[in-house]
Amino acid sequence: MKYLHLVWAALMRRKTRTVLTILSVLAAFLLFGLLDGVRAAFNAGGTIAGVDRLVVASRFSIIQPLPESLIAQVQSVPGVRRVTWGNWFGGYYQEPKNQLIMFAVAANYFDIYDDYGVTASMRAAFDRSRTGVLVGATIARRFGLKVGDKFPVMGAIYPDKATGEASWQFDVAGIFETPSSKMRAHEQEILMHWKYLDEASAYGSGTVGWLIVQVADPAQSAVVAQRIDDLTKNSDHETKTQTEKAFNLSFAKQIGDIGLIVGAIIGAVFFTLLLLTGNTMAQAVRERIPELATLKTLGFTDRSVLGLVFFESVLLVVIGGVLGLALSSTLIPAVSAASGGMLELPPIGVRTWLIGFALMLAVGAIVGVLPALRAMRLRIVDALAGR
Amino acid sequence: MSALVEIRDVSKVYTRGRQSVEVLHGVSLDIQQGDFLALMGPSGSGKTTLLNLIGGLDSPTSGGISVAGQRIDTLRGAALARWRAVHVGFIFQFYNLLPMLTAQKNVEVPLLLTKLPAAERKRHAAIALQLVSLSDRAQHKPAELSGGQQQRVAIARAIISDPTLLVCDEPTGDLDRQSAEEVLNLLEVLNREHGKTIIMVTHDPKAAQHATHTLHLEKGTLVESAA
Repeated sequence: MKYLHLVWAALMRRKTRTVLTILSVLAAFLLFGLLDGVRAAFNAGGTIAGVDRLVVASRFSIIQPLPESLIAQVQSVPGVRRVTWGNWFGGYYQEPKNQLIMFAVAANYFDIYDDYGVTASMRAAFDRSRTGVLVGATIARRFGLKVGDKFPVMGAIYPDKATGEASWQFDVAGIFETPSSKMRAHEQEILMHWKYLDEASAYGSGTVGWLIVQVADPAQSAVVAQRIDDLTKNSDHETKTQTEKAFNLSFAKQIGDIGLIVGAIIGAVFFTLLLLTGNTMAQAVRERIPELATLKTLGFTDRSVLGLVFFESVLLVVIGGVLGLALSSTLIPAVSAASGGMLELPPIGVRTWLIGFALMLAVGAIVGVLPALRAMRLRIVDALAGR
Repeated sequence: MSALVEIRDVSKVYTRGRQSVEVLHGVSLDIQQGDFLALMGPSGSGKTTLLNLIGGLDSPTSGGISVAGQRIDTLRGAALARWRAVHVGFIFQFYNLLPMLTAQKNVEVPLLLTKLPAAERKRHAAIALQLVSLSDRAQHKPAELSGGQQQRVAIARAIISDPTLLVCDEPTGDLDRQSAEEVLNLLEVLNREHGKTIIMVTHDPKAAQHATHTLHLEKGTLVESAA
């Protein structure tokens, strides 16, 4: 510790450069903290035990439909209180850039999902209209939709049986606002009648995308899930019963291997950081060769000079890294809140801090090793003579 | 009585690429305890090379150097560094202070290699700065000091660990006449009143007049000495 002021003085020799380098390291570790949260969020489906709603989908892929007949079978499983179901109905409004998150849902969907903010009158209007849709407030605001408006959608998957074309005509039956900010992401959804899809679609009738099961006793949910999956064992439509969170994440995972994507981004960021910080350290040592030679003249050994430069490099990265991780700790709740419940990033835990700290040491060591070796090897006589 | 510094038939050859240059040719010299020796000679005569060898910054190609009875030409690496820390105080032409440290912290640097606690290091530094009449500048950084003041800080740093000898390479080469006189007077005081053995390389005959002995080097050989 008695050398700390020497190391600090070396860092403060070029304040602007040091601050900018620390900011680069901070940005890298801020990204690391946030992306590690994203990775953790996508890997954490939650445990089944204790939840009262389960999602039953194909074991092989969420785009693999399940037979409608499964609904009654699941309803008869002991411990199941209610079953509803849904199906994906993608499409766009007016232009392909206006992609929609649109689901076809069963008539009893809102018996289970009573947290959408769908009022009784809204639901009654929805039930009355075969082509009715319930539109989330965010989407309604975006497209300027009002109750009673016609809402044409170009379907992404299903063509209309009557016309043979992918264009579908809907009527806005209601616009819902979720009561909880945690549900805010649902305000980007549009819900249509599954029955309409089933009857009017040119194909895919008699199938559902997934079932939502309300269990009678949340304490028994793991047992119930196993019973449901046992129904289809060794069939051509084996199921996987999971938490809603895990199901939603599997939806998002369709864009690719999130862990790989996150890893690739972090890798690229840290590679850039290595080049940047490495260059800074190399420059810092190059500028200080006479000072390092003076230290050696005064009796500092080659190893102690190596240690000083190495420590300087590690300290530089650790300062930026700790600040970056601390900042990401602060930002994570805000990011989660801004996503409206779509993405719940876990707080940065001990594991992330430990990995982050190991990364800081590794980056500091890697970028410090060559300048430190250069400092160690410099010959006093040559360095003092400016050779 | 044996000399403090004994140099025996020392040669130094530098190799740059394919070229070898013999800078010192069989130099032999005794420096007594308490001497203030001025080494003079034209550029390239080998003055600084000889000074570097005496100060343990470099090793001779052949020959032997002993300081206070210890052969230093056989020391290498960490052993030589530790020897320098204990036995030699260095004063350079361009002061070579650490720019981000205050005068006091600069003076303390050699003591970081000892086991002295921080408070003791600070106390020693204060005494050394007092000796060079710079107590009031202790918290100033080198850039806030004049050349003469910086060189006095360097002298305080050189003497703080009470070394066996002081090695000065053109200590007044970057100073105006008045500052140079102050620095030379200070070296004289250290030699006369504190018994420090000083070896000083200089081009300046006026500076050499402050020394008790003067030696001349030409083309790597001692050619003349004067008391």
